[in-house]
Amino acid sequence: MIDLTLTEALRKLNSGEVTSVALTRALLDRIHQVDPAVRAFLTLTEEQALAQAEAADQRRARGDTAPLLGIPLAIKDVLATQGVQTTCGSRILEGFRPVYDATVVQRLLDAGMVMLGKTNTDEFAMGSSTENSGYFTTHNPWDLARVPGGSSGGSAAAVAANMAYGALGTDTGGSVRQPASLCGVVGLKPGYGRVSRYGLIAYASSLDQVGTLTRSVEDTARLLSVIAGHDPKDSTSMPLPVPDYLAALANADVRGLRIGLPREYFTTGIQPEVEAAVRAAVDVLVGLGAEVVEISLPHTDYGLPVYYLVATAEASANLARFDGVRYGPREDRGEMWATYTATRGERFGPEVKRRIMLGTYALSAGYYDAYYLKAQQVRTLVRQDFDEAFEKVDVIAAPASPTTAFKIGEKADDPLQMYLSDVYTVTINLAGIAGLSVPCGFDGQGLPIGLQLLGPAFQEDRLLRVGHVYEQATGWHTRRPTVG
Amino acid sequence: MTTYEPVIGLEVHAELLTESKMFCACAVVDSTQAEPNTVTCPVCLGMPGTLPVINARAIEMGVRVGLALGCEIPAFSQFARKNYFYPDLPKGYQISQFEYPLAVRGHVDIDLPDGSTKRIGVTRAHLEEDAGKLTHTGSGKSLVDLNRAGVPLLEIVSEPDMRSAEEAEAYARKLRSIIQYLGVNHGDMSKGVLRFEANISVRPAGSTELRTRTEVKNLNSIRSMMRAIEKEVERQIRLWESGEGVKQATLGWDEDRGQILIQRIKESASDYRYFPEPDLPIVRMTEAEVERLRASLPELPDARQARFVREYGLSPADAATLVSERAVADYYEAALAAGADPQPAANFLLGEVFRRMNAESLGRDQIGAIKVTPEALAGLLGLVRAGTITLTTAKKVLDVLYAEGGDPAAIVQARGLAQVSDEGPIVAAIEAVLAANPKEVAGVLAGQDKLAKFLMGQVMRELRGRGEPATVQRLLDAALEKRRG
Ligand SMILES: [Zn+2]
Repeated sequence: MIDLTLTEALRKLNSGEVTSVALTRALLDRIHQVDPAVRAFLTLTEEQALAQAEAADQRRARGDTAPLLGIPLAIKDVLATQGVQTTCGSRILEGFRPVYDATVVQRLLDAGMVMLGKTNTDEFAMGSSTENSGYFTTHNPWDLARVPGGSSGGSAAAVAANMAYGALGTDTGGSVRQPASLCGVVGLKPGYGRVSRYGLIAYASSLDQVGTLTRSVEDTARLLSVIAGHDPKDSTSMPLPVPDYLAALANADVRGLRIGLPREYFTTGIQPEVEAAVRAAVDVLVGLGAEVVEISLPHTDYGLPVYYLVATAEASANLARFDGVRYGPREDRGEMWATYTATRGERFGPEVKRRIMLGTYALSAGYYDAYYLKAQQVRTLVRQDFDEAFEKVDVIAAPASPTTAFKIGEKADDPLQMYLSDVYTVTINLAGIAGLSVPCGFDGQGLPIGLQLLGPAFQEDRLLRVGHVYEQATGWHTRRPTVG
Repeated sequence: MTTYEPVIGLEVHAELLTESKMFCACAVVDSTQAEPNTVTCPVCLGMPGTLPVINARAIEMGVRVGLALGCEIPAFSQFARKNYFYPDLPKGYQISQFEYPLAVRGHVDIDLPDGSTKRIGVTRAHLEEDAGKLTHTGSGKSLVDLNRAGVPLLEIVSEPDMRSAEEAEAYARKLRSIIQYLGVNHGDMSKGVLRFEANISVRPAGSTELRTRTEVKNLNSIRSMMRAIEKEVERQIRLWESGEGVKQATLGWDEDRGQILIQRIKESASDYRYFPEPDLPIVRMTEAEVERLRASLPELPDARQARFVREYGLSPADAATLVSERAVADYYEAALAAGADPQPAANFLLGEVFRRMNAESLGRDQIGAIKVTPEALAGLLGLVRAGTITLTTAKKVLDVLYAEGGDPAAIVQARGLAQVSDEGPIVAAIEAVLAANPKEVAGVLAGQDKLAKFLMGQVMRELRGRGEPATVQRLLDAALEKRRG
């Protein structure tokens, strides 16, 4: 039962074959069995989950047809959940219980979700491995000695290890797509503004977007249908109609589809097996009637530096509110400035401090023009690269990560090496476009590889169609790791 | 000795009287009255994950103020984050406007004592959110009240065009009057809804240099602003004269002691690391929208003053006093509409009514709350005009109206205050007075005119002010003439 896709689980619930309580119990059992090794969850909401499951079964008995009624899901711990500890993977929010639900959480609850718990993340979503979590590192279910990717590594690992039928993550520079790739699951980062950020505890406001982690593209379509759409509480969410993503998958077809291959993405630093798998995936699509166009995204090389200027600048302000005055733990030193310094100094981890310092520097008088402003100008060029590319092609294919999952500790002491993990993903956030990672094979060590498909900001349906066709043709997404 | 000239610029923070706060749905309340931290929500508390949403009414109000100050309204403005740590600032940054303010390049014309006017430049007006309020307890702890956090503030920055405390006062009063006319702020400085900061430097008279300036905060009234400017100008002149020089500093004002307080000497300018607020869209103002708002502007103080002089024949000074509070000018015109004549109504309002309000320390903006309605004032003046009562009686009736309200004619009727023009009682009063004051009568008959006025006064007193003056005078003259034989 635990290895069903979300869609299959929903079918069984609707046919009366299983109850939500049974599914929830099975998943909780699975969590108790494997999570001590995987460590995907920061907080389990067991009692609440069972109560929600029971309520869902009653709703269904009354004829309720909410789209996710009784489906157990996991939520990344940077999303506010009313009354449920929300830490952002940071000691500075240890024990913090928000007074409200993030809009996406509220929409999932309204749709009938059963919330299993909150998943591990790099502290404030800053990282690519979950090693920056203030609590513990999550292990990759395919090889427990390796990282699951990050920052949504807890969500990706939970879905990969059959501990949840799906999960929400957030993606600021690749934090959904890279762990999806490293854990062999489907990860979607919608276009910026497609999904409300209200309740997403901000890392970098102009880049953050809530995304999904699932075991199939169809499951992604189901989750996206629920969470997408304008939210009056988020002025950056777009007042656009939300297409019927599920309907978009019916009779999906890639004949005549123009797939762009950016030459800048297949140069140095890419693991040969990753490149081979991505090229093979494109060949599969060509075999189904798509055509390949070589394209250029000339400003790709600026992606990482621009990202680390914009993201850290915004983060330096976004994280200023964590001062121990109004909520969260306080390191009281009897005097205001000493208390500020102690609370932030002792409870933020090293990577968060590093990024706050970088961002503070980039915004400082005398440096603003050279760093932040210049970065914004280059960001415009990055966006134009994609605008021009999408005049020639319908989607762009690329790796989601230059390598498969690396060993825990391998890059932990080398932030620059770690930053390179995001080389294929950050420009997508800078441009605000949509990106989908789907499993496309394994390397020689049996570690999953992800194909990243990119599309214009609000053409998520196009990406889902291509991903779905690819999945149907290959079946890589059905492979699950053996854990425990 | 060098003569120095002050160079003064004012920064004014005006809370906008919107229904809800700048970026959330919380009500804007009187933060001196409401129970602390009761008018808050996750957004204005800066709870993690919350996002601001722009209050469109605040934008409109800000643009209207900008237009009333003759500003240009750029096609777009942009919010930015101003970063600093303080416990009254829940997000660790204030959402303000920096590079692209709502309004730029305006002016305020002030009246100088010599009757001329002077134009004071307005550099810019921008919107921001207010911070919370800190109360420092004696025990070294401070209490935070976030009711005020997120209240829309319009910051209006002047050019350093003022050269004396009096000019600064005139600018402050005119600005306050304008925003009251627009209905965006009630101008009560004691409640902190209107806050002034003065940037002050001095330079040798005739020079055009700009010397190091200091910034004086915590000015809770226009009066304390003037005193603070005077003291600070004196202090700076002393520092230049002694050769020590002025250092850039933020200063406070101790109203009780009448002293400048040095709060912080700035070694370098604060770095607020402003950057565009990524959570909010750019605010665009179309020309059509600006014109719609311009058309919605009420008649402003300068225009109203000119009209009062032109239409009602008032002196510019009287007109200026009447229009400086919108409520007073509205009251005045309501009295005229109810039939009062312009000059007597102005005299009565500026003299009698204001005196009674001053006596109970009632601000002039509170004129709408007094029990004398404009219609009652017009009725009262009508009774004087018709000769029914004397001016002296009118003042007594005003006392009654002021204390209890009501209709002046009814009060006159009920209390028997109508003027006595019937000759019988007047003659009787005259005879009584003349009989009681033989010495004075003799004096008058000997040609001492001053004593004639005394006798007139005594008769009026006997008649309790109700005697119709012309009749009394005629009959008194006749009685004295008879005695002259
Ligand atoms: Zn609020």
